[in-house]
Amino acid sequence: MSATDISPSAAPAVRTGRPWQRDLIGVAVILLAAIGGYVLFPDNLALLTRIIAIMLLVLSLDLVTGYCGVATLGHAALFGAGAYAAGIAAVTFGITEPLSMIGIGAIAGAVAGLVSGVVILRGHGLAQLVLSIAVIHLFHEAANKASTYTGGSDGLSGIAPDPLLGLFAFDLWGRTAYVFGIVLLIAVFVLLRILVRSPFGMLCRGIRQDPVRVSAMGASVKASLIRMYVISGAVAGIGGALNAVSTQVVGLDSLSFTNSAEALVMLVLGGAGSLFGALAGTVVFMWFEHVVSAANPFHWLTIVGALLIAVVLFAPKGLYGTAADLARRFARSKP
Amino acid sequence: MSTVFAVERLKKSFGGLDVTRDVSLSMARGDRLALIGPNGAGKTTFVNLVTGHLQASSGRVLMDGEDISRFSPMRRVRAGLVRSFQVTRLFSEMTPEEHVALAILQREGKSGRMAGNFHAMPQVMREMRGILETLNLGALASVPVGAIAYGQQRLLEIALAMALRPKVLLLDEPAAGVPHSDTFLIENALAQLPGDLAVLMIEHDMDLVFRFAKRVVVLAAGAVIFDGSPRDVTEDARVREAYLGSYAHASSAA
Repeated sequence: MSATDISPSAAPAVRTGRPWQRDLIGVAVILLAAIGGYVLFPDNLALLTRIIAIMLLVLSLDLVTGYCGVATLGHAALFGAGAYAAGIAAVTFGITEPLSMIGIGAIAGAVAGLVSGVVILRGHGLAQLVLSIAVIHLFHEAANKASTYTGGSDGLSGIAPDPLLGLFAFDLWGRTAYVFGIVLLIAVFVLLRILVRSPFGMLCRGIRQDPVRVSAMGASVKASLIRMYVISGAVAGIGGALNAVSTQVVGLDSLSFTNSAEALVMLVLGGAGSLFGALAGTVVFMWFEHVVSAANPFHWLTIVGALLIAVVLFAPKGLYGTAADLARRFARSKP
Repeated sequence: MSTVFAVERLKKSFGGLDVTRDVSLSMARGDRLALIGPNGAGKTTFVNLVTGHLQASSGRVLMDGEDISRFSPMRRVRAGLVRSFQVTRLFSEMTPEEHVALAILQREGKSGRMAGNFHAMPQVMREMRGILETLNLGALASVPVGAIAYGQQRLLEIALAMALRPKVLLLDEPAAGVPHSDTFLIENALAQLPGDLAVLMIEHDMDLVFRFAKRVVVLAAGAVIFDGSPRDVTEDARVREAYLGSYAHASSAA
C-alpha cells in the first residue's frame, strides 16, 4: 500500500481513485445547462429536445468509434430504427405510453445495432467505412419501401403519446418533452460512465489500441465489439424514440447518410473517446448551426466548414479533449 | 518428465517454399528452452504456427496431450499457451496497472463485466501490485505506457504473460530492442517466472541464451538441426555450418 501510494506518479492515481466525483460533476453540469436552456430559451425547447436526442446518437457513436475504434458512417441506422419502432408502435399498434415507446425504441436500436455490427465488423478500415455507408442506405431504402408502416417519403405522422406517467401531457411548448429528455439523458449518461469504467470498457479501449494484443490475452475481439454495438444501438434507439415522442413525427431523414455523417462530425468536434466530448460536440455543432443559419442563411455551411477545419487542424483531440489537456497542463504548472 | 507441450511433424509451405519442415519438439513442466537459428530460419513462423496465427499445412500441436491444432488463437491462449511479441504490442494510452488488471480479469473470465472497476476488487489489486513489484514496475503503475521507456515496456510484456498464468510461455525475443547494458533487467524478470512453467524463448543474444536455457534447439532453413544441452551446441558441426556457412570449414581447415 504505502510504497505505491507515495510514488512520483500520484497525480494520475487521484484521477482514477475518485471517479464518482467526475460523474457527479458531469450530472451537475448537464442539470445546470438544462436549467439554463429552459430559462434562457423558453421558445426554443423543441430545438433543445432535438439536441438531446442527437446527443444520445453521438454518445452511442462514441461507444463504437471513440472507445472501440470502429469507423462508421452508418450510425443513424440505429437512431432511425429506434425512431421508427417507437412511431410504428404508437400508430399501428396503439402503444402510446411514452416509457414503453422509449423501451421499444431501445430494443429496436439494439437489434439494428446487432445487424449492422455483424455486417460492418466483417471489414476493416476503408472496407468497414464502405460497408457502414451501405448499411445506412439499405435501412433508408427499407423504410422508404415499407410505406404501409412507415409512411414512406411522406414520413410517419399521427404519433400521439399519452401523458408521461399518466400525469404530464406533452404540451405545445415542449416543456414535458424537454424535461423527459433531460431525465433520459442523465440516466443514460450515468449508466455509460459506469460502463466505460468497467472491465468491459477497459477491454474495449484495449481493442481500439491493439486488437492483436487483446486476442493474445485470450479475449474475443469480435464478440466484444458486437456486444458494444448492441449496447450502442440501445442508446441510439432511445435517442430516436425520444425524437419520435417529442416531435410526434418520424421522417426518412432520421435514417439518412447526412444524419450519420453529422453525428460523426459532432463527435470529432467534441472529442472522440470521451462522453463529455460527445455531449459538448453536439451542443456546439447544433447551436452553431442554428445561430449561424439564422444570421446568414446563404453562407452558413461555409462558416460551419471553416469551424471544422479550424478544430481538426488546431485541436485534433476535439474541443473537450483540448480543453482537458490545457486544464491538466495548467494544474501541473501551478504548484 | 511430464510432457505439457508437444509439436509433431509441423509443416508449413508458402507456395513451393517450405518454411517449416517436419519440426517436432516437446517440453516438460519447468523446461527452459531456447530456440535459436540464423536469420530466416523460421523461428517466428514457428511461433505463429504454434499459436494459431498461421495455419499449418500439416502436423499437430498438443497441450497436455490434447490436440489443439484446430483451435483458434484465442482458444489456444485459454488452453494455457501464451506468447509475447518480438515488437512490443501494448495499449499506449493505458497504464501498466490497467494492462495487468485486464490480463488478470481476462484470465478469471471477468473481462466482460459491465459494472464495477478493478480498483474496487481487492484480489485483483493485490495480484496486480505483486506482479508489478516483482518486475520493478511499481513506480510506473499509473503512467501511460506510451510515456515509459522501451525496456520497461518489454518488462510489462513479461508481466502480462505472468498475469495470464500460462502452462507454456513462448517468448519471441524478449530482449529485442533493449540496450545490451539493460539485458540483465529482462534476465532478472525471466528468473521470476514460476518454476513449473515451460518456457520457450527465441533469442539472438547468446549471453542471455546460455545463462537462461537448460536446453537449446537450433532451427535452420525450417528444420531442427540440433536439440540438446547448451554445452554441446557450440561444438556441433551442423550448427557451425548453419551459422557460418562455408567459413566453418575454412576455419577448421586453417
